[in-house]
Amino acid sequence: MSGLWSRFSLIFKAKASKALDRAENPNETLDYSYEQQLQQLQNVKRGIADVTTAKKRLELQYTSMQQQVDKLDGQARDALKANREDLAREALTRKAAVQAQLQDIMTQGQQLEAQQQKLIEGERTLSSKVEAFRTQKEVIKAQYSAAEAQVRISEAATGIGEHMQDVGLAIDRAKDKTQQMQARANAVEELSASGALDDFTSTGDDIDRQLQQISQSGQVDDELAKMKAELGPGGEAPKQLEGDAKEEEAPPS
Amino acid sequence: MIVRLLGEGQFEVDNGLIGQLNELDEEIGRAVEAGDERGLWDGLAALAEIVRENGRRLSDEELTPSDAVIPPEDLSLDEARELLADDGFIPDPVAT
Repeated sequence: MSGLWSRFSLIFKAKASKALDRAENPNETLDYSYEQQLQQLQNVKRGIADVTTAKKRLELQYTSMQQQVDKLDGQARDALKANREDLAREALTRKAAVQAQLQDIMTQGQQLEAQQQKLIEGERTLSSKVEAFRTQKEVIKAQYSAAEAQVRISEAATGIGEHMQDVGLAIDRAKDKTQQMQARANAVEELSASGALDDFTSTGDDIDRQLQQISQSGQVDDELAKMKAELGPGGEAPKQLEGDAKEEEAPPS
Repeated sequence: MIVRLLGEGQFEVDNGLIGQLNELDEEIGRAVEAGDERGLWDGLAALAEIVRENGRRLSDEELTPSDAVIPPEDLSLDEARELLADDGFIPDPVAT
């Protein structure tokens, strides 16, 4: 049995025994272990709070991404009214890209939600285990010889240490995931906040590639046709363009 | 044998299942070598399923170390390689 899982358990055991080696006699080990556990429990609680905060920040970002989708939609309409179908196409292409990313990020957000529930459950179990250890350590102190006590403590402390590492690992993974999502959301925000008409061929990132794919897929054509139909034939006077819409008239390089 | 499903908890499973679990473990190793992420996930899910189905969940008051630990089902290939690369951790936990 030399695969993934045996490795994991051995890593846990190595770490727990290292911590215990520091104390000499059973009573010392017991109290030291318990103190460590309380401290680590605090770390776990802080870690979960961090994940929760990061997730809330991400939720705010969904909202602002949704606003950008609306803004790009408005820009496309303005461009069409000004008979600038090329600009409308670009705006819609970006809108589709932002929408695709937004959907993806929201799906990941739901997965994160499930992980967060597991973290909370893991923390609850950990609290119970630490409490059980507190009770057991008094029993061990009172009833066992030094040698027996050492073995029992080592078992119990390793068991708890393992659970700590488990929850700790889950927290780290959830944090990583949140950061990755955050980075993606930021990239999308930058893209769409720069307006529909800036040069986006020069950035050459994932989103650009997606933009190309989407514009080839016909989705934009469909939407453009729909928008044209809504706006009626023979676009309006360019007068309608104002504010930032005017800046859009600079030709894309 | 006590098995921990990471992120989920510990289960006591019958030693008779070790053979079956080991087979899956080897399949997972091959999937990782082949860069087959789908295979890795399927394998981990199958391992976890056997443990959940056949195991008794330990209560919160039981403070026992695990004999084996099964990584989370969404372990990435990179994470798996990191674990497998560490050749220092090969001893057989069944012997303990």
